Amino acid sequence: MTPRPLTITGGKLVLPTGAPQPGALRVAEGRIVALGDVSPEPGDEVLNAKGALVTPGLVDLGVFAIDKPAFHFGGITRAALMPDQGPPLDHPARVRFAAQSGKPDMWVHPLGAATRGLEGTELAEIALMRDAGAKAVATGRRWIGDSGVMLRLMSYCAMLGLVLVTHAEDAGIAGHAVATAGEMATRLGLPSAPAEAEALAVARDLALAELTGCHLHFRQVTTAAALDLVRSAKARGVKVTAGVTPAHFMLSDLELANFRTFCRLSPPLRSDADRQAVIAAIADGTIDVIASGHDPRGAEDKRLPFADAEPGMAGAETLLPLTLTLVRDGQIDLARAFTLLAGNPAALLGVKAGRLEVGLEADLALVEPERPWIVDRSKMAATAGNTPFDRRPVEGRVTALFKGGNRIA
Amino acid sequence: MVSMTESNPAGTSRYPQGGLAFPHRDLTGIAHLARHEILYLLDEAEQWLALNRQRHKRAEVLSGLTIINAFFENSTRTLLSFEIAGKRLGADVVNMHAATSSVKKGETLIDTAMTLNAMRADAIVIRHASSGAVQLIADKVDCPVLNAGDGSHEHPTQALLDALTIRHALGLAPGSDLNGLKVTICGDILHSRVARSNILSLTALGADVTVCAPPALMPAEIEAMGVRVSHDFDAALEGADVVMMLRLQLERMSGQFIPSPREYRHLYGLTLERFGKLPPNVLVMHPGPMNRGIEIDSQVADHPTRSLITRQVESGVAIRMACLDVLTRRARGVPGWAATEGAAA
Repeated sequence: MTPRPLTITGGKLVLPTGAPQPGALRVAEGRIVALGDVSPEPGDEVLNAKGALVTPGLVDLGVFAIDKPAFHFGGITRAALMPDQGPPLDHPARVRFAAQSGKPDMWVHPLGAATRGLEGTELAEIALMRDAGAKAVATGRRWIGDSGVMLRLMSYCAMLGLVLVTHAEDAGIAGHAVATAGEMATRLGLPSAPAEAEALAVARDLALAELTGCHLHFRQVTTAAALDLVRSAKARGVKVTAGVTPAHFMLSDLELANFRTFCRLSPPLRSDADRQAVIAAIADGTIDVIASGHDPRGAEDKRLPFADAEPGMAGAETLLPLTLTLVRDGQIDLARAFTLLAGNPAALLGVKAGRLEVGLEADLALVEPERPWIVDRSKMAATAGNTPFDRRPVEGRVTALFKGGNRIA
Repeated sequence: MVSMTESNPAGTSRYPQGGLAFPHRDLTGIAHLARHEILYLLDEAEQWLALNRQRHKRAEVLSGLTIINAFFENSTRTLLSFEIAGKRLGADVVNMHAATSSVKKGETLIDTAMTLNAMRADAIVIRHASSGAVQLIADKVDCPVLNAGDGSHEHPTQALLDALTIRHALGLAPGSDLNGLKVTICGDILHSRVARSNILSLTALGADVTVCAPPALMPAEIEAMGVRVSHDFDAALEGADVVMMLRLQLERMSGQFIPSPREYRHLYGLTLERFGKLPPNVLVMHPGPMNRGIEIDSQVADHPTRSLITRQVESGVAIRMACLDVLTRRARGVPGWAATEGAAA
């Protein structure tokens, strides 16, 4: 089904750099064919954006569930699915199935499990999974404790040219911790681990990346010490990138008061000093990706004592408005916000999307960046309302969404 | 050391009138209590301490009420103490043990709580191995909930009974706080709910608290709770008026946290030798059950005048009677405690 060509007029185009440009954008056969000073051609469907931002659809790097209503609400047109599924994405057939599971209105890019069963001991069939559609490889929720396994994994990924997405928390220190060691965890009597568990894991993985030439992507870097390590590794030319979710630049471990299990995340919320370090790292380019970490969890996983609850948050719907807070606070500009949300994650996955450019897939969103709304866990589009941002007033809403030129929301 | 505040019997104008003296529905922790609310519960316990020493130990205050002791973690003395407290006040007391309940069959904590609620309990006493579990249940049920220990979080009645025991041992009158008293708490602070509740209660009552443990058993940034931190027991004992020893779980002494029980005793045990060097007025406490010969020597634990361990147990019943009485006053319609008046506060 090929729809009529579409021209979006009267919008402000969010290009990879610079301020939003007033202009139009023309889509034909699912691709962007013209940008800027463009007029609709005869027979085009014309949509007046009425001053809204015309942005690339968000590319969400590292989600735990495919939750289309939430993704569409949040302006997400592509999502990289973590291998932590039941059963894990450690087999080419499962990867192939996952890669098809969202089409046509949502593209799922599976991340292949780095090790069989995500156990961290034996390499999974990475090349076969790549050829079945895995866009990158991930260690899953867990850190791989055995440095020998990690070394062999990275050299293999380097050979195959696949990005390795890792979880950086030294498991020996983190243990069964559900909070960062500090006053809040102490007052609540929660099992906690020092924030340095992250820097230790980052340091080891950086050393191995430097040794093997593997492109390493830390899905979340949340502490000042680990961000410093990433910053200096980048300066040395190590192929490393880093991501974060809005939770770690919006919230600190003070949110754990009253044992709010919606704030039980992995890695756990950090001190306010670390939160500020994350913002600084987003501003100075140390952090490359902001993702939702979308992980909808129902009452059976969350209505439990804090340490017994599963980690994770439903983040797809709040990803864009919370990232826009950084724009409003002057930390980054709009172009950079969408580079973090779409351009960089698309580049990491090696997919031709994530920015407004002639020839690319027409994954587009119309965004009203100042439209106010209130996050309400009882009214979310996600399959579960486990947001730590419940009742928070935010600004920024997607008013239309296109996947390959087709309007999907 | 201890400055006595003026003597004043309980129940006079020292406290806000009626239900305002204790406006909380539940007792989930000391953290939520103001100094005067802690003192109110201590003062209320005085009458029950006296009653418990009589031959006839029964008041019909809670007659007709049902109290459920829901213990999701093994306990002997706390469960018994709550059971005796409820029975002496005339309530029907039912004990639910996790070991013999549907909890083992996979029923969630919330479902269990809803079940207990549907049975129209008038108060639920809960012990659970997870921090925050008691608050979770309290948010889901309609009756007062008392925390009998949740994970490493709080054990508020233990802290109250310890404060009451200290007050009596020092001969302080009702209404007195513990201003200037020096208390050293030694043991597994990291995993101890007794330590946390006692730190909150003792500091609220004006005591100077030092906590002592090896680094692996000391929680991060505990100084923020207003205590001094020491890893040297002998130094931590200097100037102490009261030494509170904590139980060290045997499984934590086998190499993970502590190399061995005897090495722990060497560094942190209240041995007869250490005890002998203390001034003769220093008092010794332990919440029980004790590891005799490890964290405390038998001769110290059994000292006839300076060990308060059995007096802690005695205070425990009185404190729990006071808590059950105070927390059920609204439902019982005690004058000045009616729900509407409480809500108006």
